[in-house]
Amino acid sequence: MSGTFVGMPAFPTAAREALGDTQLRRNLAHATHTIRDKRAAVVAEVEDWEDLRLAGAAVKEAALRDLATHLETLEESLTRAGATVHWARDAEEACAIVAEVARSHGVDEVVKVKSMATGEIGLNEALEAEGILAWETDLAELIVQLGDDLPSHILVPAIHRNRAEVREIFRRRMGDVGRPAPDDLTDEPAVLAGAAREHLREKFLRAKVAVSGANFAVADTGTLVVVESEGNGRMCLTLPEVLVSVVGIEKVVATWSDLDPMLRLLPRSSTGERMNPYTSTWSGVTPGDGPQEVHVVLLDNGRTRALADDVGRQALRCIRCSACLNVCPVYERVGGHAYGSVYPGPIGAILNPLLNGVADEQTASLPYASSLCGACFEVCPVRIDIPSVLVDQRAAVVDSHRGDRVPKAEAVAMKTAAWAFSDSRRLAWAEKASGLAGRVLGRFSRTTLPGGRTAAGRLPGPAAGWTGARDLPAPPTESFREWWDRTDGGRT
Amino acid sequence: MSARDEILRRVRSALSGVSPAEDLPPAPRVPDRGDLVALFVERVEDYRAVVTRCAVADREAAVAEALAGASVVVPPGLDLDVPGSVVDDRLTADELDRIDAVVTRARVGIAETGTIVLDHQPDQGRRAISLVPDLHVCIVDVSQVVPDIPDAIALLDPARPTTWISGPSATSDIELDRVEGVHGPRKLHVVLVG
Repeated sequence: MSGTFVGMPAFPTAAREALGDTQLRRNLAHATHTIRDKRAAVVAEVEDWEDLRLAGAAVKEAALRDLATHLETLEESLTRAGATVHWARDAEEACAIVAEVARSHGVDEVVKVKSMATGEIGLNEALEAEGILAWETDLAELIVQLGDDLPSHILVPAIHRNRAEVREIFRRRMGDVGRPAPDDLTDEPAVLAGAAREHLREKFLRAKVAVSGANFAVADTGTLVVVESEGNGRMCLTLPEVLVSVVGIEKVVATWSDLDPMLRLLPRSSTGERMNPYTSTWSGVTPGDGPQEVHVVLLDNGRTRALADDVGRQALRCIRCSACLNVCPVYERVGGHAYGSVYPGPIGAILNPLLNGVADEQTASLPYASSLCGACFEVCPVRIDIPSVLVDQRAAVVDSHRGDRVPKAEAVAMKTAAWAFSDSRRLAWAEKASGLAGRVLGRFSRTTLPGGRTAAGRLPGPAAGWTGARDLPAPPTESFREWWDRTDGGRT
Repeated sequence: MSARDEILRRVRSALSGVSPAEDLPPAPRVPDRGDLVALFVERVEDYRAVVTRCAVADREAAVAEALAGASVVVPPGLDLDVPGSVVDDRLTADELDRIDAVVTRARVGIAETGTIVLDHQPDQGRRAISLVPDLHVCIVDVSQVVPDIPDAIALLDPARPTTWISGPSATSDIELDRVEGVHGPRKLHVVLVG
């Protein structure tokens, strides 16, 4: 299983549908602007934010550049602390490991802390196929799960839903899977959160096995870190007897003190708070406190593919804060579903192709889902230069089509241009033709651009996609070289 | 080849020719913000937690006032008398769920972010007891307050489990509108001593 949702159309098709949904656009605009303002306010409080970003980027970059050593150290420290370490090459292996742990305890349900890695590997579906129900306990994940929906944001997977829709989902579905929503449920966020508390509490109290991810894994101490808000994470990490954590190999930092810049950067970038309500750290098993059987699954699933990419490697620094989604003009308008993956937005547009390659059409469309405005790079707490990686991934998409038997129209156009530009007589001929086209268009076109030049309307054929949203200025009737010959370089 | 060896081989091959990073640039320190304790109080209250400041002699009274008659569990090593409390002796999650409040100590308070950190020593107890009851009364000495996150990290022992608490449990999952009170304690009352 790849990181993208099965059967999703390519980005432009999905985006067109999303743009037609006015409710979705209102929900998204409201939510992204709220969080943007909050982030800006708490980031402005930190005088040396830029130095902090540099420090955060350096911690992750250093860990990645010596990843094999750190992974071996992590395995040793975890084992010493009483944890069982598993390794999973891909999603299938990771899901099988988690299912095996659950089965060995004879359970038919597990409680889950919100985790991007388990979403990426499709763990819930894999467990369900084994007859094990996985209860999402994060409020937004619960909304998505009860609504049979797909996540659309890294931090707030139900960002596309407004309060009235959440109320409807709770009223309709909570009773099917446990304690029903109260009859007097209103659409106040506090009341809805209260209903989730009541609904999930019985599941927390009876759960034997919990599944989590981790925000960071400290190599030299074997410490895992989960950063959260609601306390559902603490419930899952503390009450059950067995804990399985699925951790991407890129989550490693070298030392305990490396958590310093990370824990200062993440909450401010993510929820726009000085600190998130709860952060839990644990190293293996603590006798008499919390789960007494602890498993850690170290997951590759494409990460080593991204690691081998000299430009794209930096995407593995990502700490899943989602600041890049919240500032992205494309994400703000189309939402997360159009990206077809648990990783939407600018980071998803580079992470999915880096993890999975660009062989399928849907993933190959993602690097183009950007105006390259650069807002994502500016807010990224670990300084991932997303625009540069996007451009590089576009090149990867073009490269992947070089061997095609039927070349794309764009490739043909580029080849023709290269042929024309490489010989002065061919270029002169092309300029004559273009000047003629300019005179024709100048006579018939009805559009005039600022400055007086006329423009072509919608062109037929393969160019229609380009001219559908842009004005194509009519070519000048005289080329520069013709002008030079005629005027002797402007001297006559 | 085992999954472990295969992944490590892929990592090494992906990084062949990549030089290790040079020395890390130091993370910047926060500038001196003056009165640390005042900042700590302001920042904790900003999360809509309650802060009571009292002298050492008045600790019991301040805790009693915070509890307002609620049923309460305390960790076995608490250095303070809480009348009517149940001392945690491996209570089950269900038993804890029937208790209103918990009183614990903390390991460190962070002024910049208004965070208290528990490292679950005997005066703070198992992680479960400060999680399941709905009211958490946490006693912090003014001498435990440090300026910022790096100071706390330097004090904490990673071998111990730690819980960093910044206000009551909260969520922003509906329209990114922050509301307090989800699964963790919905009320956090910090008794600041000294």
